[in-house]
Amino acid sequence: MKPFTPFESRLVPMPLDNIDTDQVIPARFLKTTSKEGLDKQLFYDWRYDAQGNPKPDFILNQPQGQNAEILLAGDNFGCGSSREHAPWALTQFGFRAVISTSFADIFTQNSLKNSLLPLIVPADVHAELFALVANQPEARVKVDLASQTLTLPDGKIIEFPVDPFSKTCMLEGVDELGWILKQEPSIAEFEKQMVGTLNTLGA
Amino acid sequence: MKTIIEKVWDSHVVHQQPGAPTLLYIDLHLVHEVTSPQAFAGLRQRGLKVRRPDLTLATADHSIPTTDRNLPILDKIAANQLDQLEQNCRDFGIQCFGVHSSQQGIVHVIGPEYGATQPGMTVCCGDSHTATHGAFGALAFGIGTSEVEQILATQCVLQRKSKTFQVKVDGVLSPGVTAKDIILHLISKIGVGGGTGCVFEYSGSAIRALSMEQRMTVCNMSIEGGARAGMIAPDDATFQYLAGRQFSPKGAEWDAALARWKKLPTDEGAAFDHTLSIDAASIEPMITYGTNPGMGMGITAPLPDPASIADPRERDSMVKALKYMGLEGGKPLLGHPVNVVFIGSCTNSRISDLRSAASILKGRKVNPSVRVMVVPGSQEVKRQAEAEGLPQIFRDAGCDWREPGCSMCIAMNGDMLQPGEYSVSTSNRNFEGRQGKGGRTFLASPLTAAASALSGVVSDVRRIM
Ligand code: SF4
Repeated sequence: MKPFTPFESRLVPMPLDNIDTDQVIPARFLKTTSKEGLDKQLFYDWRYDAQGNPKPDFILNQPQGQNAEILLAGDNFGCGSSREHAPWALTQFGFRAVISTSFADIFTQNSLKNSLLPLIVPADVHAELFALVANQPEARVKVDLASQTLTLPDGKIIEFPVDPFSKTCMLEGVDELGWILKQEPSIAEFEKQMVGTLNTLGA
Repeated sequence: MKTIIEKVWDSHVVHQQPGAPTLLYIDLHLVHEVTSPQAFAGLRQRGLKVRRPDLTLATADHSIPTTDRNLPILDKIAANQLDQLEQNCRDFGIQCFGVHSSQQGIVHVIGPEYGATQPGMTVCCGDSHTATHGAFGALAFGIGTSEVEQILATQCVLQRKSKTFQVKVDGVLSPGVTAKDIILHLISKIGVGGGTGCVFEYSGSAIRALSMEQRMTVCNMSIEGGARAGMIAPDDATFQYLAGRQFSPKGAEWDAALARWKKLPTDEGAAFDHTLSIDAASIEPMITYGTNPGMGMGITAPLPDPASIADPRERDSMVKALKYMGLEGGKPLLGHPVNVVFIGSCTNSRISDLRSAASILKGRKVNPSVRVMVVPGSQEVKRQAEAEGLPQIFRDAGCDWREPGCSMCIAMNGDMLQPGEYSVSTSNRNFEGRQGKGGRTFLASPLTAAASALSGVVSDVRRIM
């Protein structure tokens, strides 16, 4: 994982609540055994018509949806399926953060492991951001994970919460599995205590 | 004083360090073809082994065809994914109920069916409906592929403690009202984000009265309420269900396990972060009308009118949902034409679900305009159904009886709706395109699905019972 550095970007508005991961990437694309090439399938059924032509009224097919790194979505983004293909597709498309008032639990965990920041803002800021992007589509905001701040064009600073452990992992670009592997002595000790109660699946 | 949620959590903490999430041990790791290939690739890249193949069980369910298993799989991409699962399991020493296994089935059906799922366990699977296993008093939750890799490598996963949410359902269900209706009712009350950050514990007399299979139906859809897991304390029904199953403890080990399991129920007076009470008698047969499982209502109710929603974004979401569904606010859903009825999925594909659908279909004919698919949850369910003569009842009624798998719940295997078609489905998700691009899903119980299959329109099963 690459370290997560501060960045500035326009916002791509998607003012819908409860956007589920089946929309982020439809299930029929999950037959792949690779993590690559999923950017083309991001929001596929909203993005393309039955013939595979881009739908002009969908935001990702408009200039505003291109080359921006922040998705501004409605409440409870990422609900439904646990597919990690959702953050893979979002990051491969170029997104580095999704802003919402809330995120589904599994989506949050999956995102943090893939350098995609689920950035939570209060409802009033959320509304302000949608108003901002409606009035000034070119407006850029700054995201700084180290200070946990979102800076609006007028200089207003909004702090956002993030789990301290995930923050460190993202800033340093280290992955969790490496950390867990270092806990081997604790794991071995736990297993020793559990001998006899772990239910092994003898073939 | 502790809840069952805290008891299971506390007994699986491997390591806790300030500023870091808890390292939690996982007793049972279930694996399927869709969310595991990239995890196995990760292991190979790092040169790691599977730490506990003896606590890991795999099956093929999502992309598997539900047609004759002796035929070659036409979808090459799916075939490759299924092959990879079996290859990965061979390479890493994992027991796999693959495409041709007599024990194959939907991962959340086979875990309990073979006694792999047990009270007090932590259970993970790269699948959000892992919550199903909570019916046994296990802390069972879905994970992403990175976490699949973590558990394969270390048998542990990093977790932050969830809040506890008690859902108390007391009273008696009315005739025609099922476990599916309880959970659809709950989700329609709290919304799809209502349980975010929480683990549910379902309790109360109406929950106690449910069979194990019905409890699985309830816990299965915890994720649709936003909760990562949902649990029901084990009781005699749980123990009876588990006794004698393939992976259940035997002899002295059974006695020891039973003693441990009996200590699991939430202590009298233990506090929950949230509590919600539901009167079972107030629940109608439920149906969803929209594009998320929270958009549900009693089957006789009128569709919500977007004009009456004050919040603009909420209103827009409702307008968009009704537009996708081709429905008009304020109108009833009863009587709405249906093209397909799907009876199956990890929510409602167990033997009791099939019996319940058969009880309605027996000696009757489905409406010729409706395509009806009945897909058993596993080979074991299929065998049991055959022993009871259920396939004949379904076939005589004009239904298609198929091989086990996820099938039209997720439409990865070619079983799918055509654009614009309507289904009444016993599965758990009605998201746009979930059952096929442009398809429109009404989620309901097997009883409601069967009644709608007969009439060809959304129907209230109580009128024909
Ligand atoms: S039946 Fe549907 S919800 Fe259940 S595991 Fe399969 S795809 Fe997922």
